Amino acid sequence: MSATKEAAIVRPEIRSRKTFSQQMRDFPWWGVLLVASILLAFVAMLQSEQYRDALRFIVNPENTTEIGAGILIKTGIRVTLLVTVVSYVMALILGLILGVMRVSKNPILYHLSTLYVEVMRGVPMLVLILWIGFVVVPGLRDATDGRFELSRVQGGIIGLALGYAAYLAETYRAGIESIHKGQMEAARSLGMSYFEAMRYVILPQAIRRVVPPLANDFVAMLKDSALVSVVAVPEILQSARLYVSRTFRAFEGYNSAALLYLILTLLFIFLVRYIEGRWHVDA
Amino acid sequence: MPEPIIKTIDLHKHFGQVQALRGIELEVMPGQVVVIIGPSGSGKSTLLRCINHLEKPTHGHVYIDGVDLEDKKTKINAVRAEIGMVFQLFNLFPHLTALQNITLAQQVVRKRRDAEREQIARDLLARVGIPEKADVYPGQLSGGQQQRVAIARALAMNPKIMLFDEPTSALDPEMIKEVLDVMLDLAQTGMTMVCVTHEMGFARAAANRIIFMDEGLIIEDTTPTELYTNPRHERTKLFLSKILQH
Repeated sequence: MSATKEAAIVRPEIRSRKTFSQQMRDFPWWGVLLVASILLAFVAMLQSEQYRDALRFIVNPENTTEIGAGILIKTGIRVTLLVTVVSYVMALILGLILGVMRVSKNPILYHLSTLYVEVMRGVPMLVLILWIGFVVVPGLRDATDGRFELSRVQGGIIGLALGYAAYLAETYRAGIESIHKGQMEAARSLGMSYFEAMRYVILPQAIRRVVPPLANDFVAMLKDSALVSVVAVPEILQSARLYVSRTFRAFEGYNSAALLYLILTLLFIFLVRYIEGRWHVDA
Repeated sequence: MPEPIIKTIDLHKHFGQVQALRGIELEVMPGQVVVIIGPSGSGKSTLLRCINHLEKPTHGHVYIDGVDLEDKKTKINAVRAEIGMVFQLFNLFPHLTALQNITLAQQVVRKRRDAEREQIARDLLARVGIPEKADVYPGQLSGGQQQRVAIARALAMNPKIMLFDEPTSALDPEMIKEVLDVMLDLAQTGMTMVCVTHEMGFARAAANRIIFMDEGLIIEDTTPTELYTNPRHERTKLFLSKILQH
């Protein structure tokens, strides 16, 4: 029955209201607690000369800029964000192509994409990044007589993107398969080709549905970007390791790095919740 | 002598061990309104879905306007654009408004311009009685309104044939009439229609032919009046006694 008709009969003063416990459940208390803890930890850290030192080094290893506006421009944080965002965008695109191939009825597309996904998911990300950094990049350079040489950062980005594309492909596939088959039938019965139906009917719905797991993969990637430190890319963790090896203050170095990762992921999580709330169209 | 617009020859469809269709011979002439009835599992929906090739027949042929759908050279998308289909569960696109539901295929398949396709969509929404719902998403429409948008969406392609697969079975009783009225109106314009439905009032008012199917075969193919007053087969009598009792 239509809700509007019933609403007209209900008296306004007895319209349902959230109970106290529902209100408590819906308010993001976890976020308040977390932000408060981070602020406390941050203030406590700044009291200590060693922590101030560690933080200063990690966000600004070359000591080229004063701490302040320069933090985001020439620091480990910048490299972490750059590596994460660029790899993520590449993985989003490659993953989408692979995900669509995974649900294809064409045997070549299906088996090629499945092979890729299973191999990439089976190989540790760390091994993949090492392999790209120390085998593929030098190999390409030698094969082209040095005309085509990727930087360490570029190699790291490609490694992360290739690995994550496999995970994202599975996320997309799950989204596509969650769309009722009547949607494809309706689109086909109107004369659309399979790819037109995918493009205009299935994917727009599937992608909306997988925003939460895609965001989850972004957070995982933000942290996995630390893996590119193994090919000496100067991101947050690499800077922290450098700091620890110079000063032998392991707690200060790694705690500071952890705090920075936590802040970055938290900022992103709040952003995603905001987007999800505004973009909620369900089938 | 006009050619049949739909013709099936020895049509079989198997789903694993289940034989949904076991040799259907059907001819539908342009402008005919055919109602198909029969017990659940008798193959009515499968027959309808073979006509626009949503199901590929296991054996036999379907001809639309003389074109063999089993022929590898047949452009199936072009044929489907000429055959509108209305589903039991509406299958509207939930991420698009009512208007966008009706303009999408006009844009993608018919390549019509913005203004033209929007005008067609608005005219059709008016024709099915809900011009004010153009910018509403399917989730905010009642079942009857959704089904009327679905009919408008199919009509926007200017199909030569309309297929209805139990269009009122998922509707609350008070919404059935609004959908049947639209279908009745459509039948009077001379549209070729094949409807799987148990709405006997609609069959009597609109259908030239009524087909009773059972176990994948056409048992009777006659006029509605003839079927009610003088069913020839035992199975038809039994089925009619069940659905007309109340």
